[in-house]
Amino acid sequence: MPPHKSHNKPVKQAVPHESASKHVTGEAVYVDDILVNRQLLVGRVVYSPHAHARIKSFDLSAARCVPGVHAVLSYKDIPGHNQMGPVVKDEVCLAENEVVCVGQAMFLIAAETEDQAREAERLIRIEYEHLPTILTIDEAIAQNSFLGPSRTMQRGNPDQELQKAQHRIKGELRTGAQEHWYLESQVCLCILGEGREMNVFSSTQHPSETQALIAEVLGIPKNEVVVEIRRMGGAFGGKETQANHTACWTALLCNATRRPVKIRLFRDDDMKMTGKRHRFLSRYEVGFDDEGNLLAATFELNSDGGCAADLSFAILERAMLHADNAYYIPNVSVLARVCKTNLPSNTAFRGFGGPQGMALIEHVIDRVARFLHQDPLEIRHKNFYGIDSRNVTHYGETVEHNRLHIIYEQLVASSEYDERRKAIAAFNNSSEFLKKGMALTPVKFGISFTTTFLNQAGALVNIYKDGTILVNHGGTEMGQGLHTKMQQVAAAEFGVNLDKVKVNATNTSKVPNTSATAASAGADLNGMAVKNAVDTLKSRIAESLAQYWSEQNPDTSTAQHSVHFENDSIVDIEHPARRISFADAMPLMNLRQVSLSATGFYKTPDIGWDKTKGWGKPFHYYAFGMACTEVLVDTLTGHHTILRTDILHDVGDSLNPQIDLGQVEGGYIQGNGWVTTEEIKWDDKGNLLTHSPDTYKIPSVQDIPKDFRVHLLQNVPNPDTIRRSKAVAEPPFMLALSTWLAIKDAVSAVANHAFEPSFSLPATNEVIVLATEDLKKRMRENPPGEAPTQ
Amino acid sequence: MLQMNTLTITTTINRRNYTLCINPNQTLLDILREELGLSGTKRGCEIGECGACTVLMNGRAVNACLVLAPQIEGQEILTVEGLAVGEQLHSLQEAFLEHEAVHCGFCTPGMLLSAKELLDENPNPPETDIRFAISGNLCRCTGYVQIVEAIQAASANKPERKP
Repeated sequence: MPPHKSHNKPVKQAVPHESASKHVTGEAVYVDDILVNRQLLVGRVVYSPHAHARIKSFDLSAARCVPGVHAVLSYKDIPGHNQMGPVVKDEVCLAENEVVCVGQAMFLIAAETEDQAREAERLIRIEYEHLPTILTIDEAIAQNSFLGPSRTMQRGNPDQELQKAQHRIKGELRTGAQEHWYLESQVCLCILGEGREMNVFSSTQHPSETQALIAEVLGIPKNEVVVEIRRMGGAFGGKETQANHTACWTALLCNATRRPVKIRLFRDDDMKMTGKRHRFLSRYEVGFDDEGNLLAATFELNSDGGCAADLSFAILERAMLHADNAYYIPNVSVLARVCKTNLPSNTAFRGFGGPQGMALIEHVIDRVARFLHQDPLEIRHKNFYGIDSRNVTHYGETVEHNRLHIIYEQLVASSEYDERRKAIAAFNNSSEFLKKGMALTPVKFGISFTTTFLNQAGALVNIYKDGTILVNHGGTEMGQGLHTKMQQVAAAEFGVNLDKVKVNATNTSKVPNTSATAASAGADLNGMAVKNAVDTLKSRIAESLAQYWSEQNPDTSTAQHSVHFENDSIVDIEHPARRISFADAMPLMNLRQVSLSATGFYKTPDIGWDKTKGWGKPFHYYAFGMACTEVLVDTLTGHHTILRTDILHDVGDSLNPQIDLGQVEGGYIQGNGWVTTEEIKWDDKGNLLTHSPDTYKIPSVQDIPKDFRVHLLQNVPNPDTIRRSKAVAEPPFMLALSTWLAIKDAVSAVANHAFEPSFSLPATNEVIVLATEDLKKRMRENPPGEAPTQ
Repeated sequence: MLQMNTLTITTTINRRNYTLCINPNQTLLDILREELGLSGTKRGCEIGECGACTVLMNGRAVNACLVLAPQIEGQEILTVEGLAVGEQLHSLQEAFLEHEAVHCGFCTPGMLLSAKELLDENPNPPETDIRFAISGNLCRCTGYVQIVEAIQAASANKPERKP
């Protein structure tokens, strides 16, 4: 066992994933594994092959005659609203007169076999009239094609202060899209109940929204629709809104055929049809002094929203709120807008705009350092948010409980940064084609939905007469260990063993009107809601037991506040002989007519955010972390290897250190995919070229660091959260910016750091080789010593 | 499906003998999931890239999505459901639990079987061999560290481990 595990074990209980034993035996049931009778029909989605076209006519009659085909539906067959936009109603369920991207759903087919459905698809006749397309951010800007108005945030007077600064640099950065590549593709199973009842098993992060949209497309009340999800095979934001689509299509086919229907998207279809992480084109101008202190900055963020709004505005907002990352800049303005293009609507993906905002400022800092011939780490450290001063963000929130400085000190020492920096310089001096690079980058990530009202959660906790406990909460399990953490919270609050607590599948009939499991807030919000329900039950039980013991002992009554829950028992701590096992107490409670079922609720306190002014306190708190990554780059092929990574990450008092370490490691590796090999390409007709795992490369085990040292920051309880913990899911993703900048550092060594490499994100082999060749050319034209750094 | 296309084959799956009437176009993955209800083997990409459907055929790891049903005639197949013997979990299953190597769990069955092939050949492999053995199994959640640690732990637990 590597040393890092042993350091972290004692913090809190490290218990296995609540379903892990089912996973290792193959018994864990995903939506595609649910047993259905032989009535089950296969659902298929016919989607647009064109990026922008008018549908002149279509004919479904031949398709409907294929034996075994039970339904072929167009928008005309939708009984309710043909609409499934989650925020803005700009996304039809099935295309009407126009298609606006390749992959847009047009028709639905239900058949007894996949072959029959494909045969029916071949027989659908459609006539199109091609329309002009917009396929890039540059085209969208040139043609003024935007979704919604632009947004601005400003503090101070950046334009004026830029003029006064000793140094100014400007430039632009492109960051790429990213495919979620959840191992389990989008899937939904619908089974009719009696009358209009629709039972939905959907791989969704947002069952309440899935329920609402199905009710709307079917034109039935929400109380007729039950959405349940036991677990997802990964989601990462890709099933926050876009699971709704597959669910609505499945429900339409189920409703039309009156038989169970399942749609499971094939991998290539899933990759073509669903949205990605937003690519960005960002522009910047920054002013700084000789010492590298940032004085003023103007940022312009342009995201590619695709053909519809989806969550693009909230994602853009989070990018704006993270354009500072960990740095205090006295004068800042951020202008941001969402471009409308003829691509599938881009959507939530771990980090939700944060990575794009942070990539920009980290790129800027790196460039400032190269300009000043300083180590970028010096510039970073110099500009970190302060503890007592220089601690207010450009949107007015004070950075409280700032862990940047403590993490910095510990990680610089444990990663042996200074010694390795010298060794890398020596290596690069003696190696012409293989170059090493290193970067240490911070993450400061705001925790809360920036749409403030979403910061709420519910729970329903039942105790049965044998003393077992069933926890329902609004969060969904997608592999992040949320159900395990909720099981731990309930067991700890009741003072019972973990095996007494079961966490139910997430179900809209148990806990209604929930927010998506997103924004890393699942454990924070639902943990508090579960605790709230447990507190209600404990209060009822304690009151009744206090009465009971007082009746039994008229001379020495039991006070309710003396009744404690511990060690699978309930005890009067003033009279310890009055002790009853938790399990034995429950039949007594039933006899004494105590309700053993309670709901819980939570809303995050102390947050408030004025979107129009761009000012306030959008976040309950910040999560912090830092990573130091060293790479070896072959500048002839562009291939890179991660030699060593050191991470120190802040999760407060961890609810479960093993889960949290796994989240940090997994987030960093997923981020490494975004910054290195995961390149999304479309052709000039809007067809996705990288629509399969043979052309789209997520990290394999061979891509992880050769030496990988991950630690959780110790002794940093987070005030005012469930058991003093912190959210973990998204923040570690952005630790991967250290890999991107380490590669840039290695490339920069080709020209002895005299020139700024032409770089974009991801740093694919192609980007690395082109940047290297460009540097060599510039060196030939401007020999080092005579050239400026730009 | 046309009845005249069907074939009858005999095969062994998880130590049980089967005589199956199959369509030659079906894959081993179809047979396992749709015909036999062995849904522990997962559909990930169906083109042999992700490894989620990895099973053992005569002890060798194969992607069940790339094996056509007639190819399993006379072969011995082992899936995740056959890894435990009775109530006794395989040491790899124990180690995956102990090391939190299961996140969403969708890659887990395939990972377990790729790892089993490795440990059956070399009970005490170096980490480079472990990484090589699971390099055809994609995981999007864990970053692989806990999976590699679990396989290391399972190998160390082997009784034939060298001192």
